[in-house]
Amino acid sequence: MNNDIIVMTYEVPADDFTRAGEASSSVKGKLKKMGVNPDIVRKVAIAMYEGEINMVIHAFGGTIDVIVSPEEIMMILKDQGPGIEDIELAMQAGYSTAPDNIRSLGFGAGMGLPNMKRYTDDMKIESILGVGTTVTMRVSM
Amino acid sequence: MTRGDEGTGLVSHRTCDTNPVPSSPLVTRKAWFYMGKFFTSVRLKEDLCMGCINCIKRCPTQAIRVRNGKAAITKEFCIDCGECIRICPHHAKEATYDSPEIMKLFEYTVALPAPSLYGQFNHLDDVNIVLTALKKMGFDDVYEVSGAAELVSELSRDYLSEHKEKWPIISTACPSVVRLIQVRFPSLIEHLLPICAPVDLAAKMAREKAMKKTGLPKEKIGIIFISPCPAKMTAVKSPIGIDHSEIDGVLAIKEVYPILLPYMKQSIDDVEELSISGRIGIGWGSTGGEAGSLLSDNYLAADGIENVIKILEDLEDQKFDELEFIELNACAGGCVGGVLTVENPYLAKVKLKRLRKYLPVACNHLAGDSCEEAFWTDEVKYEPVFKLGNDMKESIANMSRVEELCNLFPKLDCGSCGAPTCKALAEDIVRGVAKEQECIHILRDYIHKLTDELIKLDTKNENL
Repeated sequence: MNNDIIVMTYEVPADDFTRAGEASSSVKGKLKKMGVNPDIVRKVAIAMYEGEINMVIHAFGGTIDVIVSPEEIMMILKDQGPGIEDIELAMQAGYSTAPDNIRSLGFGAGMGLPNMKRYTDDMKIESILGVGTTVTMRVSM
Repeated sequence: MTRGDEGTGLVSHRTCDTNPVPSSPLVTRKAWFYMGKFFTSVRLKEDLCMGCINCIKRCPTQAIRVRNGKAAITKEFCIDCGECIRICPHHAKEATYDSPEIMKLFEYTVALPAPSLYGQFNHLDDVNIVLTALKKMGFDDVYEVSGAAELVSELSRDYLSEHKEKWPIISTACPSVVRLIQVRFPSLIEHLLPICAPVDLAAKMAREKAMKKTGLPKEKIGIIFISPCPAKMTAVKSPIGIDHSEIDGVLAIKEVYPILLPYMKQSIDDVEELSISGRIGIGWGSTGGEAGSLLSDNYLAADGIENVIKILEDLEDQKFDELEFIELNACAGGCVGGVLTVENPYLAKVKLKRLRKYLPVACNHLAGDSCEEAFWTDEVKYEPVFKLGNDMKESIANMSRVEELCNLFPKLDCGSCGAPTCKALAEDIVRGVAKEQECIHILRDYIHKLTDELIKLDTKNENL
């Protein structure tokens, strides 16, 4: 195993808003202890929290791998949810498919994906309808 | 004597190293372990400490370990919140503060009563009774912290309207909160309100006033704070945001209280009109008082250190950045909940409310100038005390080792090793201040293995 990287894996449970944010919060704590620049920690925490919430709202949970190397932080968010029909549309600020019960909780403003893109240096979405979605985000050190 | 005897160093002085010594000579603290000039006001009475795990479990920054049967504080991690003092069933934790004897060191003394002091007394309807009693107790003058608090409120209102880009602004009156942000929430440092805490402004103004009145040089004047909490002691010894504090001594409310009571009885018949504060100033003594004085509804006020941490975590993730102001107090109830107070914080809050009822809104206003002296002079720098290495490569390797160790431990967080959680023990091992066998479960497995091998050896011998 490469000693210069660390892989942290998290399971994101479905439909549990009380636990959404646990993974990003844990990553935030570890990155701080690793001495990562506070601005980068903030970007990663915000982007990952948005992704985590998305997995809870739209995709019955999933797994997140966070890979830290001295050069960059990579987050791979993988779910077996319904998939995204039109990625370009989903990326538009304000567009959301969240149902009313979710909106009433204060989520579903349509800023999740745009914020994830905004706070990372690179974001890639791969989605197959009915199979699932994988979002890969990178933040350079 | 119940008080800690180290105080501000004027009455007595003894250096005390509270860093946990490595638990065994086989381990050495790693060179990258973050060192700084840190001070903590919490001391251990070794003879009373039973080595139980109450304090290590309660500490919000995991700063305490039980080593060789006694609790030891890592002063780099301690934020002086006082939780360990509250929880210790053996009263082995104490706060340091000065003795009233400190008054004798000065030619002229001024008492700075915290607004929370007024909430300690039953049936008090006039603050002047407390202030008159302070003079009878031996102080030459009094200067209410609540008076300076009204100026801080006014300055904060201006600062808020001029720095919308920094919203939400976080209050800096509670020294434990400021210290917590400095070591754990670096991205929030820029949101800190860069204005002196009311007590520090009060100290400056009280000294100026006393020098003018008496003509004495500044060192002959003693500015003495009557404090609800030990964190203020730390703020005097190692201030954040300012290069030095004008406070010469810190007395505990709980120690001044019994001295003051008889003088208060005497004062009822000849009360001096000494009070300079209104509702806003006295309101600062409990949660919501500072935020309420900003005359805006767009604020959040939270208290209790665990709640404060939760708010700071959410704030860091930008979960509510539309707020203007955030007031945070480490103690439940605000300053009235400080460990050096005597009254139940919620009752004290009611009493403050009654006292404020017929007072004018505010009695202190800025005299037109910008009041430069009220602002912080020093930049607050992030102190990464919890870091696990000097560079990324080392940190990644050490974090991997922490994760590996965590998988090895039983995840019971039993505290038997002296660390509050299995993860904390893993980090201690990586930091070079503990070793694996301190986990009693690992030790048990190790002993079982040894016994098995001995038995095997024994049977082998018999068969020979």
